This record gives sequence, structure tokens and C-alpha cells, in this order.
Amino acid sequence: MNSHLFNNVLLFTRTLHAAGLNITPTQTTDFLDALTLIDIRNRNQVYHAARSLLVNRREQMRLFETIFNFFWRKANVASPLAKQKTPLAPRHKRPKQHQYAAMLMARAIGKTDQEIEMVDKAETYSDADMLQQKEFAQMTGEELDQVKRLIQQMTWDISKRITRRRVQAKSGHQLDLRNGMRSATKYGGVPLELAYQKRKIKERPIVLLADISGSMEKYSRLMLQFFYSVAQSHKNVESFVFGTRLTRITGDLKLKNIDRAVDQAAREVRDWNGGTRIGESFATFNREWARRVIRRGAIVIVVSDGWERGDSGLLVREMRYLQHRCHRLVWLNPLSGRQTYEAKVEGMAAALPYVDDFLPIHNLQSLKELAKHLEKLK
Amino acid sequence: MFNSVEETVNKLSDQDYIADEGLATALFLSLKMGKPLFLEGEPGVGKTEIAKVLAQLFETELIRLQCYEGLDTNQALYEWNYPKQLLKMQAAKQSNGSEETFDVFSEAFLLKRPLLHAIDPNRSKSPILLIDELDRSDEEFESFLLELLSDFQITIPELGTIKAEHRPMVIITSNRTREIHDALKRRCIYHWIDYPSRQKEIDIVKTKRPEISDQLAAQVVDFLQEVRKEEFYKLPGVAETLDWAEALGHLNATEITPKMIEKTLGIILKYQDDVDKLSGQGIEVIMERIGG
Repeated sequence: MNSHLFNNVLLFTRTLHAAGLNITPTQTTDFLDALTLIDIRNRNQVYHAARSLLVNRREQMRLFETIFNFFWRKANVASPLAKQKTPLAPRHKRPKQHQYAAMLMARAIGKTDQEIEMVDKAETYSDADMLQQKEFAQMTGEELDQVKRLIQQMTWDISKRITRRRVQAKSGHQLDLRNGMRSATKYGGVPLELAYQKRKIKERPIVLLADISGSMEKYSRLMLQFFYSVAQSHKNVESFVFGTRLTRITGDLKLKNIDRAVDQAAREVRDWNGGTRIGESFATFNREWARRVIRRGAIVIVVSDGWERGDSGLLVREMRYLQHRCHRLVWLNPLSGRQTYEAKVEGMAAALPYVDDFLPIHNLQSLKELAKHLEKLK
Repeated sequence: MFNSVEETVNKLSDQDYIADEGLATALFLSLKMGKPLFLEGEPGVGKTEIAKVLAQLFETELIRLQCYEGLDTNQALYEWNYPKQLLKMQAAKQSNGSEETFDVFSEAFLLKRPLLHAIDPNRSKSPILLIDELDRSDEEFESFLLELLSDFQITIPELGTIKAEHRPMVIITSNRTREIHDALKRRCIYHWIDYPSRQKEIDIVKTKRPEISDQLAAQVVDFLQEVRKEEFYKLPGVAETLDWAEALGHLNATEITPKMIEKTLGIILKYQDDVDKLSGQGIEVIMERIGG
């Protein structure tokens, strides 16, 4: 193979790699192989060959196309064998690299904002007792900090799902014919020792959706703490926040340092404390995410006070769709803990018929009860 | 086997499958390089169809494995025929009266499932192996598949290793209800099948539903192309286009009218909420946009 072309291909795959596409050396050699099979004077064929071998997600296609066009622009005019002179990656087109950006920010912040250990201070039990009942809305900043630590220490053991996959077991309802037969050969075809199988148990996927609009302002940061603690103890957790629009913060909450994770998630969000369009946000979720993140036996947890500025008819439609697709739809309302609470808010009243579990989340006690409730879900 | 991308497009079109250059390139490379073709896309855009077309084209067998949750090696690969084994052992014991064990783990007692069929060394020609809707299976099956697809051989502990003489041409489809692991995708040629362009879709309708007039075909496609610009839970795919065209044919329609659309809405949209949204006013708005 022409060495210019070879170098260009290497440069091309390296550029893609730098832009965030995860390309293995095997993929690069495959692409080189492919170039010998197709007509490399045909730009379209080169494009499709490269795309089918180097890209394996639909989201990456636009980025790929940009880089491809940039790279093979000259090839259009002159020969594809001409040497590329400007091996510059199109930096402005790089996808957001959360982890990386978060690291830089952490480094920048780290100099001024030293983390203060407050665990000892928060650990006194009488304090904690009193905190259990106090409403989040009425807490002082210091109390909120203590609550944050307590939420961090909570353990979540959300109900599991029995899958259809079977595994060997000492006892069970189903016979494991294969192993039973194997042991039967020892006894001349008499199945004396029976082997069993049982269904495998797996964690349920969990989808968290939090309202961060103005009316929820007091609770939103605490809710992110709550999301973080769930996301750290479960494998399959997807987190979203919404106000006037929906933002996915799953990736941010994966950071190991809770303060950074919550800060990072907070930074992603553009519409803190704005208005609420629950219906529209759910519509976005239902169309763009539901099919991918609501998997088998998923539990969807919504945290919101139900103040809806938009059309409550839309909310009804989206709630119905959502409820039909998940195993359990849990709605946590910070206001419903008050004894005088009635679902008078229009949005809440509209959504309520489609909610499986409607629970308060106004103090630590209610969070603990939530944990118990989620454990017991069938 | 094809010799160029152009030939691929033409041969497929001979079989009434209209493919664009992207799909043809991916398919051509997949066949040439002996790698599985991984097709993703919305339901009803012809992912499964391509496997059927290839089987006809190469006059070879199509082996289909429909994935579902809990799919395991017993159903995908092989299973032993337990009743037969048991009877054989009992019979052997009665006829010679000895306790001597009889070998029941041999090929005669093996039930072959699709994947084992596909790599059967006794084949004279490569079959097409269609692994349909892989996203419905679970991660455990995916990692098993990864192993099989890398060298097309499997080991049955009681029998030994079975290796394909003629490697199957593998086509994997996914509706993307979940993300398939990158490790598997990287071993494949990946292609996202989009909804076809207007002209391509008209060609598809004309080829597959020759009984429909050109005018009606164009109207049907125009209408559905507009519907796809709207927000519905489930957009109509090419399968719906063809079904609808056929239905209109049965109803002796010469052109689409709001009344006719209203009656046949259930063929285009599959959710009651979607039907409610389009019905009445919605239909008229779209009819206006396509100038009908």
C-alpha cells in the first residue's frame, strides 16, 4: 500500500481517537484491509467503509462525518494519495469529555476550596435523632450539611427481579436435566441424584427523575445527594433532572467524590430554579430515553411537587405512557408529608392516577421509609 | 459473492431489495472480510429482510435465531435429548443385564439448535445466520456470542470441538432497546439503517406493491414522510408503508383522502395516543403540507 495513504489513514484514525471515538488497532487494520477491497477513488465508498468499521454508535456519526469531511476534503480535489499537510484535529468539534473536564475543574478548584471533614461533627446521635423528623425545608445550612452526610451513609437495597435465565442450584422448582442425566449414567440410567435449577436474580434498572424548578429549590441539592447515594450502590441507575427541559446527569454522578459529582451534575443543568414543564420534560424522556433506559422490570422514581406550568393534558398522556412501560412508578413529593396535604396542584392531580406509589420525602425519616419500601417492592 | 459495491446494489435490487450505498458498502465489506454485519435501526426499516434476500441470492439456507430474555445455550446452541438418553440406558441395561454404562453423550443424542446448525462442519456451503433482535437477549448471551463469532467453533464437553468448515455469513440486528456491548460491535461491520429517502421509499413501494398506481404510491410515501417529521411514540417504518399501500389497494383506493386515512390509521400508527394525535385535524394539516 502506498505509504502516503497508509500514513494518512493512521493519522485519520488517530484524529478520530483524539476526538473521543474509541478506536482499536484492529479496527484500523480492518479499515486498511477494506481500502484494498473497495474503489478508493470513490469518496462515498471510502466514507461508508470507514464509517461501518470505525463507528459503532449512531451518536458518533455526526462527529465522524465532520472529521471525515475535514480530513478528505483535499482528496476531493487532488488525489486521495496526496499527503495531508495539516494534521490538526478539529478541536472545537470535540465531544464533551465529562470526566476529563471534571478533573481539570477539580484541579482548578482544589487550590482554594479545600474539603472539610465534617463527619465527626455530624455523628453525635442526639443531633441525628432530632434531624430525622425535621423538615428539609426548615433546616439551617449546618443541619443540611449533616443531612448530606447522613444520606451518604444510607444503604439502598432496592427490590430485585427474577430473570428468565436459569442457574444451577442445590434445590429449586426445576430439574436440571443435563446434570441429572450425567449422574444417572453412574447408576445405569437410573436418575438417583436429582439436580436442580433456579431462576437467576438481578438488580432492577432504576431511573431517577428529579424536578429542579424554582418551587423545588430547597430540595434539589439534597435530591442530588440522594440520587448519588443510589447511583453508587446500584449498577443500573440512570439519573435525569428537569425544569423547563430534561438533562441527563448519569455520567456526572459516577464520579467517586460526592461533592464534585453533585457540583458537576449541577453545572450540567442550565435551568436551575426556573419554571416547570413536567409534561414536556417527560415527553422528551419518553421519546429519547425511555426505550433505552427503561429496561426489564425497571423502577422509575420521580421527585417533584407537581407544579406544572405547561399543559396538564400532555402530562397525563406522558404519565400513562411512562407507567405502562416501567415495572413501578414511584412519585416522591416533598409537600405530601404535611398532614394537611391534598393533591390540589393541577399537575399533581393529573399525574396521580398513573402513580403506583405516592410517598412523601420531606425529612430523613421519610427517606428511610422510602428505602424500606423499595426493598419490599415485589 | 459480490465483486464491488455497485454490483452489491444491483444484485440486491434484482431481489427487490432497494439498498442505499451505505448499506451496500457495509454488506459488501462484511462478506469480503468475513465479519458479521451489525444492523441497527428503528423497527420496520428492513433489517431482517436483508438476511432473507441474501439467502435467496446465494441460494443457501437461512438460519434464524430469535433472541429473547433468558436465551441460553440450551436453546441457542444444543441440548441433549434426555428422554432418548434415559430410554437407551434402561434398554441397554435390560438387554445385557449388566450395570455397564452406555455412552449416551454422542452425536445421536444431540439436539442441534440454530447456532450449532450454522457451524455444522458437514455443510457444503456457507449458510446465512440471522441473529435477530439481539437487544432482547441479556448480557450473558452477548459474551457467549462474542466467543462464538471470533472463531466459529464451540466445544461440547462430552463430544469435543466442533468447527465450521464454511463460515456462516452472520447478520445481527438490534432495535436498540438497550446498548449492545462495544466489544461485540467492534468485531462487526456496523450500519445504522435510517428511514429511506422519499425517492428510495417510492421505489420500494413500486417494487414490492406493483399493483398500486404510481400516483398512489407517491402519495402514500409523501404522507408518511411527513408523519415521520412529527413526534410520535412509534413512527411508521417501511413495513407500515408497505402494509398501508397494500391495504389501500384492497380498498380500491385511487388516491388518499382524509376519510380513507382515518379508516386505515391503525395500520400506520400502533399506539392509541399516536392515533388520537393524528386523527382529524392532524391528518388535514399533513394533507395540506403535501398539497393533497
